[in-house]
Amino acid sequence: MTENWAHGAKQGVHMLRSLGRMGAAGRRGWLMGAAVALGLAAFGAAPAEAQQGKVLKWGAAREIASLDPYSFGDTFTLATLNHVYEGLVRYTGELGIEPALAESWETVSPTVWRFKLRRGVAFHGGEAFTADDVVASLERVSHDTSPLKGNLPAYKSSRKIDDQTVEIEVTGPYPLLLNDLTNIFILSKTWMEKNNALLPTDSGKGIKGYATDNANGTGPFMVESRRPDARTVFVVNPKWWDKPQHNLARIEFTPIASAATRVAAMLSGEIDFTNVAPLQDLPRLSAAPGVKVMQSSELRTVYFAMNLKDTLPNSDVKDRNPFKDVRVREALYRAIDIDAVQRRAMRGLSRNTGAVVAPAIPGYTPAQDVRLPFDLDGAKKLLADAGFPNGFGFTLNCVSDGLVNEEEFCQAVAAMWTRAGLKVTLDLAPRSQQTPKRVKGEFDVISFGWANEPMIDAYSILIQVVRSKSGTGGVFNWGDWGRADMDALIDAAGVELDRPKRIALMSQALDILKREHLFIPLHQQPMAWAIRGNVATMVQANDNKPRLWLTKMN
Amino acid sequence: MLAFLIRRLLNAAGVMLTVAFLAFMIFRFVGDPVELMLNEQSTQAQRDELRVRLGLDRSFPLQYLSFVANAAKGEFGISYRNQQDVIVLIAERLPATLELVLVATVLSLAIGIPLGVYTAIARNSLGAQLLQFGSVLGVSLPSFAVGILLILVFSVTLGWLPAFGRGEVVQIGWWSTGLLTPGGRMALILPGITLSLFQITLVMRLVRAEMLETLRTDFIRFARARGLRAWAVNVRHALRNCLMPVITVTGLQIGNLIAFALVTETVFQWPGMGLLFVQAVTFVDIPVMAAYLMLVSFVFVALNTLVDMAYAVVDPRLRQDSVKHG
Amino acid sequence: MAEGAISRWLGSDMGLSFRASPVAMASLVVLVLVALSALLAPVIAPQNPYDLKQVFIDKAEIPPIWTRDGEWPFLLGTDPQGRDVLSSILYGTRMSLLIGVAAVAASMSIGVSIGLAAGFLGGWVDNLLMRIADTVLSIPTLLVAILVSAVARALLPPGLREPFAAVILVASISLTGWVQYARTVRASTMVERRKEYAQAARIIGVSSARIMRRHILPNTLTPVLVAATLNLGLAILAEATLSFLGVGMPITQPSLGALIRIGNQYLFSGAWWLVVFPSVQLGLIVLSVNLLGDWLRDALNPKLN
Repeated sequence: MTENWAHGAKQGVHMLRSLGRMGAAGRRGWLMGAAVALGLAAFGAAPAEAQQGKVLKWGAAREIASLDPYSFGDTFTLATLNHVYEGLVRYTGELGIEPALAESWETVSPTVWRFKLRRGVAFHGGEAFTADDVVASLERVSHDTSPLKGNLPAYKSSRKIDDQTVEIEVTGPYPLLLNDLTNIFILSKTWMEKNNALLPTDSGKGIKGYATDNANGTGPFMVESRRPDARTVFVVNPKWWDKPQHNLARIEFTPIASAATRVAAMLSGEIDFTNVAPLQDLPRLSAAPGVKVMQSSELRTVYFAMNLKDTLPNSDVKDRNPFKDVRVREALYRAIDIDAVQRRAMRGLSRNTGAVVAPAIPGYTPAQDVRLPFDLDGAKKLLADAGFPNGFGFTLNCVSDGLVNEEEFCQAVAAMWTRAGLKVTLDLAPRSQQTPKRVKGEFDVISFGWANEPMIDAYSILIQVVRSKSGTGGVFNWGDWGRADMDALIDAAGVELDRPKRIALMSQALDILKREHLFIPLHQQPMAWAIRGNVATMVQANDNKPRLWLTKMN
Repeated sequence: MLAFLIRRLLNAAGVMLTVAFLAFMIFRFVGDPVELMLNEQSTQAQRDELRVRLGLDRSFPLQYLSFVANAAKGEFGISYRNQQDVIVLIAERLPATLELVLVATVLSLAIGIPLGVYTAIARNSLGAQLLQFGSVLGVSLPSFAVGILLILVFSVTLGWLPAFGRGEVVQIGWWSTGLLTPGGRMALILPGITLSLFQITLVMRLVRAEMLETLRTDFIRFARARGLRAWAVNVRHALRNCLMPVITVTGLQIGNLIAFALVTETVFQWPGMGLLFVQAVTFVDIPVMAAYLMLVSFVFVALNTLVDMAYAVVDPRLRQDSVKHG
Repeated sequence: MAEGAISRWLGSDMGLSFRASPVAMASLVVLVLVALSALLAPVIAPQNPYDLKQVFIDKAEIPPIWTRDGEWPFLLGTDPQGRDVLSSILYGTRMSLLIGVAAVAASMSIGVSIGLAAGFLGGWVDNLLMRIADTVLSIPTLLVAILVSAVARALLPPGLREPFAAVILVASISLTGWVQYARTVRASTMVERRKEYAQAARIIGVSSARIMRRHILPNTLTPVLVAATLNLGLAILAEATLSFLGVGMPITQPSLGALIRIGNQYLFSGAWWLVVFPSVQLGLIVLSVNLLGDWLRDALNPKLN
C-alpha cells in the first residue's frame, strides 16, 4: 500500500470494489483494515460519485434467506435473486415466457427437450456460460437434499450435447417444463467446483454453503456486498448479455421488518422503493409529495382450508370431523360477509373471488368466480341440519407475518363465524411456528394463499396442494383434500400436451373443488408498491415480483 | 486477598456454568431442532441421520459437556434461519449494539450528572421540582412509545433525522462504526436518546441522592465555613465524592443497557444483537437465542466480578464476603 | 373501625407527610380511579372487546367522539376490527394491573421467604440461595422474561396458550424480581436475629419458623414495601414491553402494551387515537405508582427528615 493519502484512498476503493465483486461478504479481514487505515472516510461517498448511473434504495419487508437460489423455495427470495441469477427462460412483464439463457428449444421426443444456449454469455466472475453449467445446475437442484427439488417435479436427467446444446429428459410428457425452468437459475460449474458448492446447501452437515453468502450469476446485477439483515448491495453487470432497459448502477437492498418504520423511511426519502407498502398507510403515502403508490391485485389467491382427516386436533367434537360434511363447509362459507372483509380488513383493495385461482391463471373460468352470497341465517340452518344446532368449537390457525393483512381478515372472519354460533379460537403466530403444525396436519382450519408460481398455471395448485399425496404430488396437501375423481383429472392434465384439452381438464378438477367447497375462497390479495418521485419507470406485474432491470430513474 | 479473588472467580465460573445449563436446556427442549432444520420433504431416514449428526442420540450429560466445550471455543453452531455461523452473526452485529450503548451511556452521564447536581443544590426551587417530576416521567414512559414518538416528530414531520438503520458505516477490521460519517452520527441520535432516557433519570437521581448526603457531611460544612465559593464546594469537593458510585452504577448498568437495547433496536431497526435476538425468538432460531443468552450473561458476570474485585482491592473492609452489599 | 385506623394514620408522621404532599395525594387519587374503573370494566365499559360477538368490523377505525366522523357510543374511537378503544383500554388496564400486581406479589412472596430462610438459617442454605440469586442476577430481566415467555409458548399446545398467557407473563416477570427482596430481607434478618428478643425466643423454645414469621418479619417489611411499590411500575412496564415485542398478551386479550403495538402499525395512517390513548393511560398509571413510591420512600427514610 502506498504512503500518499489520496492515492492510497483511491487504490483502496478500487481494491474494495474488486473484492466486493467476488462477493465476499461479512469477513473483511486485514486487507480492509489496511485500506481503511489509508483514510477511507471517503469510502462512504466514493461508490456513488464514481458511478455514472443511478442508485435505487430498496426497502423490502423482509430479508432474503440466502444468496443460494436453491436454498429456499420462497417466491420473494427467488424474485430478488433473479436480479443476479437467470434461468434458461424467463417471464416478461406481461407474464409470457421468453428466451433468457436459452435461445430456442424444441421437443425431440415427448419426454426430451433440447435447448440451444445463448452464445457470448459470461458469469460475473468471468467464466463462460456453457452446457456444462446447465447440467451441473440441474443436477444440483434436483439432488435429493435440494430444498427446491419440488419446483422441478418432472425432471429426470439432463445431458450436454455440445457446448451450446443441452437436452433435458422428463419423467413423462410434461407441458409445463418451461414454466418450471423460469425459476431454476443457472450457476457456474467451475465456480461451484472451486468452492465446493456442487451439492446443495446442507444445513444438516453443519457446513455453510459457499453459495449462501456468495453469488456468481449471469444476471443484470452483481452482489457487491452482503450484510444479512442490514444491507445487500447490487451493482450493475456491465457485461450483461441483454440490452439494459434500466439506468441503475446500484441497488441498495435493506430489509425493514417494521411496517411503520418502512413507511417512515419512504416518507423521509431514505428509501426510494418498497414492494410491500402497508395498506393502511397508502392514503398517506399517496398524499405525500414525491411519493407514488402502485396498487392492484396480484395472482395470489387467499382462502380458508379445512382439515378433512378423521378427527380434528383442536376441536371439541371428538368422535368425528364436522368438516367432512359438505353442509358444514358451506355454512362456514355463507357466514362470511366478504364485502365487510374487503371494505375493512383489506381496505377495499382486494378482489373478491369465488375461484381458487386468479383470472390470469390458465384453468380459471368466470363461472368459478361466482361466490355464494353472505347468508348468516342460511349458515345457521345448515349447521343445524348437519347436527350442530349450537355450533361447535375449533381453532383457526393463521400466520401473523404471512399474507397481506392476514391478522386483520382472520380476526374479522373469526368474529363472523362466532356470530354463526361457532366457537372460534384464533391461533395467530409467526410463520416459523405455524408451518410445522400445518405440515403435520395439526390444524382445524387454516388461512392459506397460493399464487401458482412459477408455473403461472392452475396445475401448480392442483398438483401440489389438491392432489392426494404420491411421489412429488401433494407435497402441500396437508389436510387430506385429495379425491379420486380430481386425482384422475389432475394426472390426465399432467401429461396432456394439447393446451385447450389440458385447460379443460384442469377446469373440471377446479369445478369439483368448488362444488364440494373443499376450500373457501376469499380474495386475490392486493399488492402495493410505493416509489419516490425520482423513479420514472417501475414495472409491476401481477406476480408481485420486482423486476428492477426494467426500472428507470430520473 | 488472593483467596478472595480466586473465590470470586470461581463464583463467576459457577454462575456461567449454570447459565450455560439453562441455555442448553432451551437448546435441547424447545422445538425439535431436526424439524426446524429440515424442510417438509425430508424422509425419515434423513431425519434420523441428522439426529445422529447433531449428536442428539448421545446421553444428556455428554451433550451438555460438549455444548459447554463448544461454547467456550465460541462455537454455537449455525443459525437455523440464515444458515450462517452464529458467532459470525453475533460478531457482525455486536459493534452496532455497543456503539448504541456507548452513546446512551455518554449521554446519560453528560446530561444526568449536571441535572443531578442542580436538583441537589437548588433543592426546593421550581426548576428542581420540575426536573424531579420529569425524571419520574422519564422512568414511567415505555421506551418503545418514546421511540415511536421521536420518529414521528423528528423523522416524518421535521425530516431532520433518519428513521431507521445506522446510516453510512465504516469497517475497521471486523468492527463497523457509524461515528466516522455524518450520516452514521445522525442515525445514532434518536436511538441513543431513546435508550438513554431511563439511564439519564437513574444517574440524575443517584447523583442527587449522593450529593444530598455528601452536602450534609462535616467536611463540606467546614469547606463552607472556610468561605469557599459555592461552586468550588459543590463541584470540586462534593461532586468528586459522588462520582465513584455513579461510575460504578453506570458500569454495572452497561450489561442492562445491552439487554434493553433490544427494544430500541426493534423500534429503529437498528442492526444490533438485540434485533437479532428478537428475530431469533420469532423464528425459534435456537442457536442464536442460546448464544445471545450466554454472551449477555457473560458480560454481566464479567462486569460484576470486575467491579467486586476492584472494590476489594480499593477497600480492604470488603474483602470478607460474608455480608454482600444490598 | 377502618375510619379510626385511617384517621389515626392520617395524624401520624407519615400521614402528615402525605397530606403535605399534593403530588402524593393526586397520585393516589389517580391510581384509585384507574384501579376502580379497571375492576368495574365489565360494568362500565360500553362493549366487551374480548367477546367476538360484540365486535363488528363495520365499525372499524372510527375516530374519537369529538371529531367530525366520531360515533356514539365509541367515545375514544374504534380499532381496525371495530373494538371500542375505551373498552379496550379499560379491559387492557385490568390486565396490565392484574399482571403487574400479581408479579410483584409473587416476587415479594418468593423473595421474602427466601430472604428470611437465608438470613435466619445461615450456613449452606444461605450459601445455596445466594448462589441462585447471583445466577438470576447475571441474566438481564428482560431477557429472562422474553425467554420464559417464548419457551412456554413453544411448549404449550395452542389451545392452552391463551388462557395461560397471563400466568406465563406473571411467571416470567417475577422470576427475576424476587432477588432484590431476598437480599434486603436477608440483611435485615441477619441483623434482627442477633438481637436479644430473637435470642430469647429461641432459648424458650419457639420454633424457627414462628420466630421468623411473627417477630422478625414485621421489622423487615418497611424497605420491602417501598421496593414493592417502586417495582409495581417496573412490572407494568415490563409487561407492556413484552406485549409490544409480541411475546406477551395475544391480540385477542390485549393488555395496554399489546394495544400500543397494534396502534403503532396505524400511526402513520392517521389513526392516532389507537396509540395515543393507551400510551397516555399506561404512562399515567406508572407515573402515579412511581410518584407514590417516591413519596413513600422519602417518607420512610429517616436520614432525610
